[in-house]
Amino acid sequence: MQSDTTKPTGRASDRPVVTRRLDRFLLGLADVSSFIGRFFREALLPPYEFKEIIRQCYEVGFRSLLLISTTGFITGIVFTNQSRPSLSEFGATSWLPSLIAIAIVRALGPLVTALIAAGKVGSSIGAELGSMNVTEQIDAMEVSGTDPFKFLVVTRVLATSFTIPLLTMYTIFVGLLGAYINVNQNEQTSFTSFMQEVFGAITYLDIFASVLKSIVFGFTIGMVGCYKGYHSSKGTEGVGKAANSAVVTSMFLVFIEELLSLQIVGAIRGS
Amino acid sequence: MTPSTETVIAIKGLRKSFGDLHVLRGVDLEVSRGENVAVLGRSGTGKSVLIKLMVGLLKPDAGSILVLGQDVETLRGKELDLFRQKVGFSFQSSALYDSMSIRENLEFPLVRNIRNLSRGEIDKAVEEALDDVGLSQTINQMPSELSGGQRKRIGIARTLILKPEIMLYDEPTAGLDPITSIEINNLINEVRERFGATSIIITHDLTCAKTTGDRVAMLLDGKFERVGPFDEVFADPDERIQQFYNYKFVN
Repeated sequence: MQSDTTKPTGRASDRPVVTRRLDRFLLGLADVSSFIGRFFREALLPPYEFKEIIRQCYEVGFRSLLLISTTGFITGIVFTNQSRPSLSEFGATSWLPSLIAIAIVRALGPLVTALIAAGKVGSSIGAELGSMNVTEQIDAMEVSGTDPFKFLVVTRVLATSFTIPLLTMYTIFVGLLGAYINVNQNEQTSFTSFMQEVFGAITYLDIFASVLKSIVFGFTIGMVGCYKGYHSSKGTEGVGKAANSAVVTSMFLVFIEELLSLQIVGAIRGS
Repeated sequence: MTPSTETVIAIKGLRKSFGDLHVLRGVDLEVSRGENVAVLGRSGTGKSVLIKLMVGLLKPDAGSILVLGQDVETLRGKELDLFRQKVGFSFQSSALYDSMSIRENLEFPLVRNIRNLSRGEIDKAVEEALDDVGLSQTINQMPSELSGGQRKRIGIARTLILKPEIMLYDEPTAGLDPITSIEINNLINEVRERFGATSIIITHDLTCAKTTGDRVAMLLDGKFERVGPFDEVFADPDERIQQFYNYKFVN
C-alpha cells in the first residue's frame, strides 16, 4: 500500500519538500525562458521604441561613466604596480605593457565594467521596475495603450546590450592610460613605444571576444534587472529584494559567463 | 445629469479565483450610460479585481463582461488599445510615472494613442486637462513634489485627456483627509456633468459612495447582494450590511 506522502494529492503543501523545491525551480526556469522568449519576440516586432532605447542608453552609459572612469584608471595603475616586482625579478619589466594589455583587454576591462554595471545599472533597473510594479505604474501604462514589456523591458535590455560593450572599450582605454602613466613614471617609456607594445600583444580575436562577451554581459544584466523588477512581490520590501537579487544574480551569472568564454576562446586559440 | 436607458456595462456570472481563494463568485451588474455606480465592500472582497477585469488587466475564470457593446475578454492588440481609449482608469495609488514631469505624464496616453498630433495640440490638451482638475500650476512639477490629493487629481486628469466614455475609479478617496476627499467626490461628479462619462467608483468610504453614486452595489461574499440607491441599500436589515454601515459611522 502506498504511503500518504507519495499519493499525488495535487496540493503543494502535501508533497515532500524536495519535490516542492524542484517544482518551484522548474516553474521558475520555465518562467525565465518565457520571459527571454518574449523579449526576442517583442524586440523583433514593430512598433520599435527608438526614442526610449536612446534615452535608456544615455541613462546606462552616462550615469556609469564617472564610476567606470575612476575604477578603470585605478585598475590600470594598481595592476601595473603589482605586476612590476615579479617581472623585475627576471629583469623583464619591459614586458609590462604587453602583460597589462593582455590582462586588461581579455579579462579586466570586460569584467570590471560588467561588475560595476551590475551594481549600478542592474540594481537601478530592478528597483525602478519593482517600484513601478508596486505602485501600479505598469498597469497604468497598459491601460494607456502601451505595451509595458516592450516599453520598459525591451528598451532597457537593448540599452544594456549596446552600451556595456562601449563602456568596456572605454574602460580598456582608461585602464591602459592609467597603466601608461605608471610605466612612464617608473620605466620612462614613451607613449608611442608603450602603444606599440600594447598592440603587438593583442590580437583581433582578443578584441572581438571582449566585445562579444560584453554584449552577453550587458544582455544578462539588463535581463536579470528587468525580470527581478517586473516580477517583484508587492510592497516596498519586494522592491528592495528585487534590487538586491538583481545585483547578486547578475554578478554570479557574469562570473559563470566569464568562465565559459575563457574555455571557448581558449579552445578557438588552441585550434 | 440623468442617466439614459442604454446599457453600457453588462456583467453576467463573473467569477475570478486566485488559487484557492474565490474572490468573485458570480457577479451580475448592469450600468446605464451617464450613471455613477459606487461599489462598496470590505477590503479584499474583490472590488479592484472587478474593475481590472473590466479593462482586461485580469482574465475572468467564467462569466462575461460587455463594455460599450464589446466583449472585453475577446479583445486583443489594436482592438484592446482602442477599447482602452474609451475607458479611463484612475488607480488607487494614482500610478503617476515617477520619472516623468506632470506634463509628460499627461502627454503619455495622448502621444501613445493618437499619432501625428502637433506640439500645439498636445500642449492645448494638457493645459485643458489640468484646468479641468484645477491644477494648471503643477505642469512642470514632478509627481514626488505633489500632495496625495493633487496626485489623485493629476491621475484623473491623465485619464480625462483621452475623453473616455467610461471612468473607473479605484478607491479615489483612500488615504486622503476629509476635506480633500470631498474635493475628489465633487470632481467625480463634475466629470460626469461635463463629459457625460459613466462611472464605477470602487470605495469603502460611505460618504464617497453616497455623494457620487446614483446607485450603490454592495459586494458581499463575492456577489452583489444589494444594488440600488444608497438609502435603500442601507435600509436593508441584513446584518452584514448594517455592520458595514454602523461600523463606518460609529468608528
